[in-house]
Amino acid sequence: MIPTPDLSHLKASDYETVYEPAEDTFILLDALESDSDTLKQLRPRLCLEIGSGSGCVSTFLGSILGSSEALFLCTDINPHACSCSVATGLQNKIPLNLVNASLADPLLWRLQNAVDIIIFNPPYVPTVADEAWTAQADRGIGGAWAGGKDGMEITNVFLPHVSALLAPGGHFYLVAVTQNNIVAMQQRMKDIYGLESQVVLRRRAGGEHLSVIRFSKTLAVKTAVFHSNTSNNEVL
Amino acid sequence: MVRLITHNLLACHAKGCTSNNFPLQFKDVQIVVRESEFNPDFLRGFIPKIEWPALVSSSRELGDTSLSDQLPEMLDDAFLKTLHRVLFEIHVEEGVMICPNCSHHYPISNGIPNMASSVTLLIRGLPYLASSWLNMKLANDLKIS
Ligand SMILES: C[S@@+](CC[C@H](N)C(=O)[O-])C[C@H]1O[C@@H](n2cnc3c(N)ncnc32)[C@H](O)[C@@H]1O
Ligand SMILES: [Zn+2]
Repeated sequence: MIPTPDLSHLKASDYETVYEPAEDTFILLDALESDSDTLKQLRPRLCLEIGSGSGCVSTFLGSILGSSEALFLCTDINPHACSCSVATGLQNKIPLNLVNASLADPLLWRLQNAVDIIIFNPPYVPTVADEAWTAQADRGIGGAWAGGKDGMEITNVFLPHVSALLAPGGHFYLVAVTQNNIVAMQQRMKDIYGLESQVVLRRRAGGEHLSVIRFSKTLAVKTAVFHSNTSNNEVL
Repeated sequence: MVRLITHNLLACHAKGCTSNNFPLQFKDVQIVVRESEFNPDFLRGFIPKIEWPALVSSSRELGDTSLSDQLPEMLDDAFLKTLHRVLFEIHVEEGVMICPNCSHHYPISNGIPNMASSVTLLIRGLPYLASSWLNMKLANDLKIS
């Protein structure tokens, strides 16, 4: 049993601006725990969580792997979430390295074929598109859930980078709900990037049907180094 | 905490800034040194991911001159201990990181670098759909099998 991270240092006022761990967080912890033997064997040196929020998930991953066995990088667009993640890491003696950034923007250049484990519990709730992009610009609590069309608008900006970021043999864990059209997403990732995937856990929580999808990069593949500022959402 | 191990992985991502955008230069830094657990196996495994010349120049910007220009061939314990200290124990708490190409300033406050570019965040809706499709297609065309 891996202990659930101690979050006693976070207060109700923190959760006014930062996502409080909920069922989607816990299904992700459970998926990581059930993969823990495989993950340890992989001897990951670099782990990256996008949207770490309270820091609960990366802290948990750190306790699985060992705090000095890997570098734990996290990003979040919400600056308050970044501070909470750091605090949660400290509270549990897992050093988390936070960058206040959107997705993997400042890391894409350097981390080609380099990340052993990527984790993303994204804003996956379907909303009108405008709501999602306004929430992104606000960098507050709304950005924790507002996902735009099919709940996929933010995730869809990140998916094209996954294969390039992953080291050969690396894994990407993504939380999704039924409305995200999981099968179609898996198919696209396979057709375009050759990433195989599997739904490793499925659970019903309240009104949501949650899944954790694990995408894996085979040992042989090296994805072309793709140096462009692709996270800028402009029309080319 | 911005430590040199993280700094070595960050590049400027301002729009159109795609060359000479790494390493970011430190300015007006406040540094705190904190001990951390030494793990030689981790370091051996991580060295291939490090851009050595960038690490050397950035550590010198922070006033540490213990690394030599070339990565030594012998990764003995004495060297790994030095490397550990440079990568993990120097924390930049406050300051700025500046892009050598476009001079974009990325502030560090309370040990957290702010690299959430407002330009990226403000662009919405439709344009993104077009570009994400294009990215996918481009990546596909570029893929090595
Ligand atoms: C559903 S919450 C998950 C938080 C935490 N990982 C957990 O599992 O409890 C989504 C997180 O992603 C962050 N986020 C949303 N859009 C983001 C983006 N473009 N880049 C980085 N983080 C983002 C939010 O601020 C929020 O912390
Ligand atoms: Zn620049």
